Amino acid sequence: MVSAGMELAKPPARALAPDRTGGAAEANDLQYLTFQLGSETFAIGILAIREIIEYGALTEVPMTPPFVRGVINLRGAVVPVFDLAVRFGRAPQKTSRRTCIVIVDVAAESGVEEMGIVVDAVNEVIEIPPSEIEPPPEFGARIRGDFIKGMGKVAGKFVVLLDVNRVLSVKEVAVVAAFEQQPDAAASAL
Amino acid sequence: MNLDDALQLFIIEARELLEEMEEALLRVEQTPDDVETINAIFRAAHTIKGSAGLFGLDHIVAFTHIAESVLVRVRNGELKIDSPLVATFLAVRDHIGSLINLLECGAEPDDKVRHVAQQLTERLRAYVGNSLPATIQTTAPPAVQAVEAPQEDGVGTDHWHLSLRFNATVLQSGLDPLAMIGYLTSFGEIAQIVTLIELVPPLSELDPEASYLGYEIRFRTDADKAKIESAFEFVREDAQISILPPHSKIADYLRLIDEMPDDDLKLGEILVRCGTLTESELAASLNRQAGNDTAPAPKIGEVLVDQKLVQPKVVEAALDKQKQAKERSGGETGLIRVNADKLDEHINMIGELIIASAGVNLLAQQHGLPNLLEAAARLSRLVEEVRDSALTLRMVQIGATFNRFNRVVRDVSADLGKDIRLEIAGAETELDKTVVEKIGDPLTHLVRNSMDHGIEHAELRVARGKPAYGTVRLNAYHDSGSIVIEVSDDGGGLNRERILAKARERGLVKNDQHLSDQDIYNLIFEAGFSTADQVSNLSGRGVGMDVVRKNITALRGAVEIESNEGYGTTTRIRLPLTLAIIDGFLVGVSRATYVVPLDMVVECVELTADESEAAHGSDYLNLRGEVLPYIRLRQLFNVQDGDSDVLAESEDDDELALPASAASSGTALLTAEGAAALAADPELAFLLHPVKRENVVVVQYAGHRAGLVVDRLMGEFQTVIRPLGTVFGGLDGISGFTILGDGNVAMILDIPGLVRRLARHEPGRRAQLAAAAAVSD
Repeated sequence: MVSAGMELAKPPARALAPDRTGGAAEANDLQYLTFQLGSETFAIGILAIREIIEYGALTEVPMTPPFVRGVINLRGAVVPVFDLAVRFGRAPQKTSRRTCIVIVDVAAESGVEEMGIVVDAVNEVIEIPPSEIEPPPEFGARIRGDFIKGMGKVAGKFVVLLDVNRVLSVKEVAVVAAFEQQPDAAASAL
Repeated sequence: MNLDDALQLFIIEARELLEEMEEALLRVEQTPDDVETINAIFRAAHTIKGSAGLFGLDHIVAFTHIAESVLVRVRNGELKIDSPLVATFLAVRDHIGSLINLLECGAEPDDKVRHVAQQLTERLRAYVGNSLPATIQTTAPPAVQAVEAPQEDGVGTDHWHLSLRFNATVLQSGLDPLAMIGYLTSFGEIAQIVTLIELVPPLSELDPEASYLGYEIRFRTDADKAKIESAFEFVREDAQISILPPHSKIADYLRLIDEMPDDDLKLGEILVRCGTLTESELAASLNRQAGNDTAPAPKIGEVLVDQKLVQPKVVEAALDKQKQAKERSGGETGLIRVNADKLDEHINMIGELIIASAGVNLLAQQHGLPNLLEAAARLSRLVEEVRDSALTLRMVQIGATFNRFNRVVRDVSADLGKDIRLEIAGAETELDKTVVEKIGDPLTHLVRNSMDHGIEHAELRVARGKPAYGTVRLNAYHDSGSIVIEVSDDGGGLNRERILAKARERGLVKNDQHLSDQDIYNLIFEAGFSTADQVSNLSGRGVGMDVVRKNITALRGAVEIESNEGYGTTTRIRLPLTLAIIDGFLVGVSRATYVVPLDMVVECVELTADESEAAHGSDYLNLRGEVLPYIRLRQLFNVQDGDSDVLAESEDDDELALPASAASSGTALLTAEGAAALAADPELAFLLHPVKRENVVVVQYAGHRAGLVVDRLMGEFQTVIRPLGTVFGGLDGISGFTILGDGNVAMILDIPGLVRRLARHEPGRRAQLAAAAAVSD
């Protein structure tokens, strides 16, 4: 009887298995990490996120645009860290006890590159079904339109869903272009 | 033996042989009478043919065969080596190379390749002459010609006699005795063959993969002994082979009988059966064998000379060659081919080890336990040794890269119709394998440029009082932690005015701008810049020099040009010794830490407030009578001292943490009483107030000196270089990151980049730097 029971139990499990993995992938697609920048709430699709670490041990890199906070040692790899607030044209936030670095994967020419973004606080992982996502507004969001993937409706409020590959586009954040543009205050001070 | 592996081995070997062949061909063009070099070419072709035959690669065998026939004639002195012949053979070498490449891809030769083969075959046929059939036919070798007519105890036969005993394992090594015997018939005729079956075991013990048969062969050929031997070249270690020339002495047969493992009476009978010996000859020889028992066996060489079989000179040559072969095989066994990826992984791991060991060191210092400190010191010393030895694993000599240019120079000078020679120096200079791989293209470009634009045509050269032939020189040497590679020519040099005019035309330089010679020469590295009036198929399109600079910069190197109009140009490439790990010198500015490559650090001096003021706001100091321009890292990097309380804290730290430097700066350490006493004396009170001190690290790079003003000197540190990555790739002044023992990230300063940066932002200051550099030179 025991063996028969196992036999019986197997087919449904087998039938469930592909469903479950498929469901998980879909669920991941729908899941977003929300975080705080000042008083605003933003969200990033969870698949782009590697990990969230405490803010600290950051080394500033000289001669870089202000939105580059510096670099950190992530288990032996040197990872650049960006200040998202400055990237969006806001004033840099003071670091607090809740300040975090979110490590995200950004598409680069040579595959995927790890980068960090400084956020004021990490809130939660939420599920936003596609039906609850509106296209980005033409203006009014106070950040560049191409940074926005969509506007998610969460509990009656809009949350800006960010397109990480645009916000941290290697072409734009790469230091060479940025510092050639700005006249070098440091060097002229000499 | 896996056939795929064997084939892979064949491909690698064939490539090496082709390289040797090319080198020998280029050498033989200069010294056409060098027998050894001709032999080297022959050997290479022959070995490729032989190995290809083993794999049944008939198209390679057929093609190489014809080339070999020509080489045989060269070797026999029937053909003289000249430039067209060398050119033909270089083409032959290239064609074999492309056949091998096709083989590697598993592709069949296409029509184009076949067409080349056909053309080359015809060219080669012309050298072989029509009288010769397609099969190899060689004239009697000189060695045999020198042999005198057989004397009274000679054997009356005009056949060669071959005794073959293959080891049981010969088939397992992938060698087929039958194929070798078959190969003999390609240059001779087997008059008779006797197969020895005595060693074949009963069927139950028979191993189907073992070889049990021996052969006695009577062989008629016009080929020389080497040719016959070559048929068995690959089984030399797996078989006992004896080859006796026609009209051999009885003694030789005796020795044969002695040497062969079989029962000697038996062998004698076989020889008779084979027709090599007659009954009476055998009887005579056996008698002699019995009589010679007591006498010591004379050495083989002596015997050969005694019997006038060969000339003493030939024996000497043979011995030399034997010795060389031994040395070569000795060298080969000393080498292991290692996958480069494995090596990289190994070096990465050592990088991690260094970081870990730095962490241990730091902890040991924090805890201050003597035993722990000692253990940590021992550990870091060992790690340093491991690092050094690991880095040398990646080092290769640049000679192989340089030698490739023999061919480039030869081909390009023929294309250009100029007589240009290549000189190579410093071929034994070692540098990182990655660098060697990536430096090839830029070098090729520079060499071609020198030949096309640099070196003038012969008439002009003679008119200028220079030798008619031009010289391109490649040189490599070490210089303060970097490798310098020079490409120089004795051509016309760069035309300063023309470059300047062209640059103004293109708007790169403003009309009123004043530039130094070096700046003007550097203009040729701008994209799309060319002063050539005519565009040749080699260069002149203005594409390339910018790529050269880009490639070299990507290797963390720099390139500079020195030119002397009318006398030539030298392009100097400066590259870091290694790409992975360096010795660094840690310096601190405020809370930030930077690494200066230790090789560039000359000394550290103190910059007192007085000196700083004495410079009247300019940034240079008097270093033992020399002007030393310096860079204030704090200002250049705009280092913020952070919150005021943090600043105060760190300044306190400085004073507490660095009593040693306080002592060295001449300020005596003060005891409490001493301090009180000083406080009482107003003239000495200043000693109580710590003088704001700064340190200057004097760095040297490419003959220039500069100072870096920093707050703290923190000592040596083994630095594992982490690349800047895509984000910081364009940062001038920083060459990489590294991780310190405490886990923090520090930046590695790129001294040339910093100097460049300053020069760019401060044109007036550049003159000062240049002047200072000139003084310090």
